[in-house]
Amino acid sequence: MADEDRIMLEIAGLKKKFGEDVILDGVDLTINKGEVVVMLGSSGCGKSTLLRCINGLESFDKGSIRIDGEEIVSGSKALPRLRQKIGMVFQSYDLFPHRNILDNITLAPVKVQKRAKEDARAQAEQLLRRVGLWEKRKAYPRELSGGQKQRVAIVRALCMNPEIMLFDEVTAALDPEMVREVLDVMLELAQGGMTMLIVTHEMGFARAVADRIVFLDEGKLLENLPAETFFNNPSTQRAKDFLQTFEFKKTLTDERKDQLS
Amino acid sequence: MNLDWNFIIKYAPLYVEAAKLTVFIAFWGILLAFAVGVLCSAALYYKVPVLRRIIQAYVELSRNTPLLVQLFFLYFGLPNIGIVLSGEACAMIGIAFLGGSYMTETLRSGLESIDKIQEESAASLGFNKWFTMKEIIFPQAMAVSVPGICANVIFLIKETSVVSGIALADLMYVAKDLIGLYYKTDEALTMLVISYLMILLPVSAAATILERRLRHAGFGN
Repeated sequence: MADEDRIMLEIAGLKKKFGEDVILDGVDLTINKGEVVVMLGSSGCGKSTLLRCINGLESFDKGSIRIDGEEIVSGSKALPRLRQKIGMVFQSYDLFPHRNILDNITLAPVKVQKRAKEDARAQAEQLLRRVGLWEKRKAYPRELSGGQKQRVAIVRALCMNPEIMLFDEVTAALDPEMVREVLDVMLELAQGGMTMLIVTHEMGFARAVADRIVFLDEGKLLENLPAETFFNNPSTQRAKDFLQTFEFKKTLTDERKDQLS
Repeated sequence: MNLDWNFIIKYAPLYVEAAKLTVFIAFWGILLAFAVGVLCSAALYYKVPVLRRIIQAYVELSRNTPLLVQLFFLYFGLPNIGIVLSGEACAMIGIAFLGGSYMTETLRSGLESIDKIQEESAASLGFNKWFTMKEIIFPQAMAVSVPGICANVIFLIKETSVVSGIALADLMYVAKDLIGLYYKTDEALTMLVISYLMILLPVSAAATILERRLRHAGFGN
């Protein structure tokens, strides 16, 4: 396979400002087909903005984003078509509250992709069974738990047969005991060969699922390493500090000790 | 109170005819008002540059002038610039003009109550703007707006009593006419009240049922 055929997502020199604030400062990122990339970074570092730029929800000032070779331009005519290649799951539950679960999933395949109702329904059934929610197909979103809603949101995105899935802190708003059920679905998806770009704060999960870790800090991509290398031996101090914040040690950090004494 | 029943029986058919006109004007006027409301609230929701200002001006003008004045303008004013409309047309347009602003505001508040994430998740599924509005945003906004819309409908039906001011033989007109001709004030007004109640009570009941069903279906939170 030629190189460009393997590339699913190609971001080059991406810059974005909100007023005077630089949110993304020259981000370069390439994701190959079938690759699972986890993006880490502290809150406000630009992770969500980057994901939103990728599917055109946010415009950017400089640089380019290509999905499967085609350029993403916010507000362009091609955008609705290109977005069908990108499945996105948000942090806040974004199911349509006035439609039942099955409708939530089949609405876009039928109305946007013009697929036959039976065909969309059959795929929805298969996917819902896979995440263990087929018996909830007639329920409304408000009748589901947070974890169930997010699993449905993932299924809804998958039912469009996307070529890449974006996950924007999908477990951040969940009760702890529901995090696992959602991560399991994502892990299974990754093992099935789906191309994924995941933003998460679940470090154990990141380590288990990722082929590669990218670390974003103040709008710059500081690290881009194989997962194991990143966790064992990150190359920048910023990344080391970041990882440190997730480690709980029996002893207090020196700084804390000073403060408390 | 001693009512002249013979009088009532004799002139009841007049009220039936007048009620038909009242309902006719109210129906088409309100339907038009709703259409105006849908279009204007959508333009406000999408913040369409110039149009938005025009609509805001219209809403202020419409809500802050009496319907009778609006009707006089349509009926007596427009012929001066060569536009002659029938009384019925003026009445329907008047109700639509007044009701349009109320519907606009009611629907706008419904649209604005829908979380932005709904629009974004629809967009990320490849829905275009039109489909997102039609399938996702509008149905949810309607559920929020229904109580307000019902209140507007009842208000506008009652407002039709003003059209007697441009010589349309609606319920109000017939009652005033009978009083003027026969001085049967008690009978004429009693029949007037009953006529309005017969139109409005069913509408009111339907509104209550609709609101209750929406609350129970309560797909929202």
